[in-house]
Amino acid sequence: MKASVIIFPGSNCDRDAAVALQAAMGTPPAMVWHGDAELPASDLIVLPGGFSYGDYLRSGAMAAHSPVMREVVKRARAGTPVLGICNGFQVLTEAGLLPGVLMRNASLKFICKDVHLRVERKDTLYTRRYAEGEVVRFPIAHKDGSYFADDETLERLEAEGRVAFRYCDMQGRVTAEANPNGSRNSIAGIYNDTETVLGLMPHPERLADPVLGGTDGTKMFRGLVESIAA
Amino acid sequence: MQSIRTSRMAKPNPKITPELVAEHGLAADEYRLLTAVLGREPSLTELGIFSVMWSEHCSYKSSRVWLRQLPTDGPQVIQGPGENAGVVDLGDRQAAVFKMESHNHPSYIEPYQGAATGVGGIMRDVFTMGARPIANMNALRFGAPDHQKTRHLVAGVVSGIGDYGNCMGVPTVGGETNFDPRYNDNILVNAMCVGLVDTSRIFKSAAKGVGLPVVYVGSKTGRDGIHGATMASAEFDEASAEKRPTVQVGDPFTEKLLLEACLELMQEDAIVAIQDMGAAGLTSSSVEMADKGQVGIELDLDQVPTREETMTAYEMMLSESQERMLMVLKPGAESAARRVFSKWGLDFAIVGRTTDTGRLVVRHGGVLQADIPLSALAHAAPVYKRPWTRKPAPVATAPEDVPAPNSLLGALEDMMGSPHLCSRAWIWEQYDHMVMADTVQRPGGDAAVVRVHGTEKGLAISCDVTPRYCAADAHEGAKQAVAECWRNLTAVGADPLAITDCLNFGNPERPEVMGELVEAIEGMAEACRALSFPVVSGNVSLYNETNGIAIPPTPAVGGIGLIPDIREMARIALERDGDALILVGAEAGHLGQSLYQEIITGRAEGAPPPVDLASERRAGDFVRALIRQGRVSAVHDVSDGGLLVAVAEMALPGGLGVELDAAPQGLPAHAVWFGEDQGRYVASTAPGEIAHILADAAKAKIPVRVIGSVAGDALKLPGEAPLSLAALRSVHARWLPHFMGGS
Repeated sequence: MKASVIIFPGSNCDRDAAVALQAAMGTPPAMVWHGDAELPASDLIVLPGGFSYGDYLRSGAMAAHSPVMREVVKRARAGTPVLGICNGFQVLTEAGLLPGVLMRNASLKFICKDVHLRVERKDTLYTRRYAEGEVVRFPIAHKDGSYFADDETLERLEAEGRVAFRYCDMQGRVTAEANPNGSRNSIAGIYNDTETVLGLMPHPERLADPVLGGTDGTKMFRGLVESIAA
Repeated sequence: MQSIRTSRMAKPNPKITPELVAEHGLAADEYRLLTAVLGREPSLTELGIFSVMWSEHCSYKSSRVWLRQLPTDGPQVIQGPGENAGVVDLGDRQAAVFKMESHNHPSYIEPYQGAATGVGGIMRDVFTMGARPIANMNALRFGAPDHQKTRHLVAGVVSGIGDYGNCMGVPTVGGETNFDPRYNDNILVNAMCVGLVDTSRIFKSAAKGVGLPVVYVGSKTGRDGIHGATMASAEFDEASAEKRPTVQVGDPFTEKLLLEACLELMQEDAIVAIQDMGAAGLTSSSVEMADKGQVGIELDLDQVPTREETMTAYEMMLSESQERMLMVLKPGAESAARRVFSKWGLDFAIVGRTTDTGRLVVRHGGVLQADIPLSALAHAAPVYKRPWTRKPAPVATAPEDVPAPNSLLGALEDMMGSPHLCSRAWIWEQYDHMVMADTVQRPGGDAAVVRVHGTEKGLAISCDVTPRYCAADAHEGAKQAVAECWRNLTAVGADPLAITDCLNFGNPERPEVMGELVEAIEGMAEACRALSFPVVSGNVSLYNETNGIAIPPTPAVGGIGLIPDIREMARIALERDGDALILVGAEAGHLGQSLYQEIITGRAEGAPPPVDLASERRAGDFVRALIRQGRVSAVHDVSDGGLLVAVAEMALPGGLGVELDAAPQGLPAHAVWFGEDQGRYVASTAPGEIAHILADAAKAKIPVRVIGSVAGDALKLPGEAPLSLAALRSVHARWLPHFMGGS
């Protein structure tokens, strides 16, 4: 299996994603500079967290227009799985691969802490190792993580089962208190209409090693590798 | 004396008047010295250059003679003070590069940018040496919560630190925060950065070699921060808010690019010397590099990338625009270097050459603007042995003289809910403390621990000082700061390696303030020697004073330690029901300058608890051995608030309660539970282990006693109603968010 991690100027979770991918795949992913003319053949493309272009203009807005993204969009439309974490999720919405937008947190502050998420579906490329409705713990670290989409889009996402993860409490209850950033419908991550593209604000790669205090993220990377191999 | 080349020299315009000299922060006798070493009157640009190089901030003219007392050597030390940061050996051909620096004056005037650029500056100091920054910390002192500016300052400083470090992708893993009315008009923002480097790739600032290209990289030069170093060398008064334009503006995105570009170029054999443009910008970086390399330097300011077209030589030499570096390259390395910086979209300009003249020569618009012997700038600055007075040592308070509370657990609840001891989660949740995926102990413990990437080793980091102790007795307080840092590193199982320091004091021209500085350095030196814990970097921040009122002496200490195997480290959280809790270290019930006094009786009396450095070392070595042997699980040092607070801080994170035994006879109970005797630890251990530990402790002549056991979900003391952890947690969590929310 071949994975590529795209590095934009200002990406800063590229190494973290690579470490988690390598642990799951056994081989290191290709690290692709945004200005590189060619995107290598990839079974998986990862857009990592960070502050691409300093988040100037709008989070992810400038990265979405960088040369490499034209190829990423083409591959995504052709069915290559694309995972966008945090800033990567913001880039995916700005590039039009996912609907909606990530707005400033309701608290107006950067928030870094562990949150609980409910896994809404277990039958996707990304979630085969989770149980449906399983409550997992991932860290968040963002200032612009409040998911917003208009009513019509939200209804479509819900109806089509495209909500991947929802913020919840330890027991899996989706409550206002458990929503860290004001996201509509407590949405933490969504799929595209073929469930091959996933964008999420929380960081599975940060709890994918027992020494860091948890391994809930490991299941996503392992499951993804198994799905792609299958 | 050099000949005066007035024919090509820019007209000294305006005329150098005594008023202009004073505005540049130079005393009349300093100006006389300047004209003597120069052999003539300076041009305006030259006056500016001298004023920053001879400022307290750059020249350490008041502290230099005393700083020599600090021990700076040890087998672990690769680089002591004198470079951009200190370097300590971690084994396996890797080293830690670290430093702490103050950004106090700018942060008070403009908290967001002041704090942000403080973080940016300290990270540049670390990656200038070839290290990738892997952790940031900060030590913050604010005024009283009820002071009108405090909330605004806390909000600005915290978001400034967060936004800069978060964007850089370097975790901010902890720190400390105090509130004290003595910082009302002079807050302290001390930022620390730790980086990791291969020992074969450590870069320094000596520009050895003549005729080499001097290269400017990073952001363009603007008019921000002009005279920042001079501002940081003067007291505040009512007009200080007008100094806002001297505060720099940070751009963490550019710094992230600068970091990656520098580290990329450092993989090639291209750089002779590199220096970040921090305080005093282009002036200080060029002078330091040339002086250390014993060469001269010529700068052509027409080549300097600028934001505005009409900048003068004076402005360019004194600008403190951020995210800039100066490098001296090997011959022929220009094109390789240009390629790397253009990949990262950064300015790259050859702005000068090294020469054999020993002079700083600056041209702008084809006109000579400055021509100064480098030795005059770097070494001729006056060194003052300022008059100082020793403060009489305070009289110790007897435990019996401090009133007892109605209820011990009630007092604990009040203390844990106070601004001094309440949870700092509101602060650290605004810092990305997990990026790089190596944070194995997050904020909230004794020391933060980051894994050395790709290994099983851990670096423990802690920042410490107790200002109220230092205010009462600068010598003992400074000793205590070093000892507490050593203790915090020990409590996670690390071997303490070395420290960096930020010596924050008032106006050294007042003998009593100078006395505090002298005594604090003595105390630090004593503790550093006794604990084999040398100082490898640091800075001095004086004139933290407004209208003649100084801050308490605040010698902040930032230490690092090495954990050989992170699977063997200890954490603060209690883990196992049924474990016994032991107290290691001697008890004397010291309540002088304690938080119990401050919070419960509203007093600040007596002497701070003394630190017996020999006992400190014995107890620490004993605890570290227990951790390494796996004989204890949770460990916490006893510091602010004393024993009962330490126990509560261990119970809360794990959600496990404690049943405590009655205090031993001989001391008042409140002195046992709230006394701040030094050199102590609480640890949890399996009941079967107790007899062995007690026997070993007796052999080593270290006092150890069992104080209770882990049980239930409340804190229990004989004769008192239990205090549930749920209630304690809510009190502990409430104050800071409530205060920052505006209530």
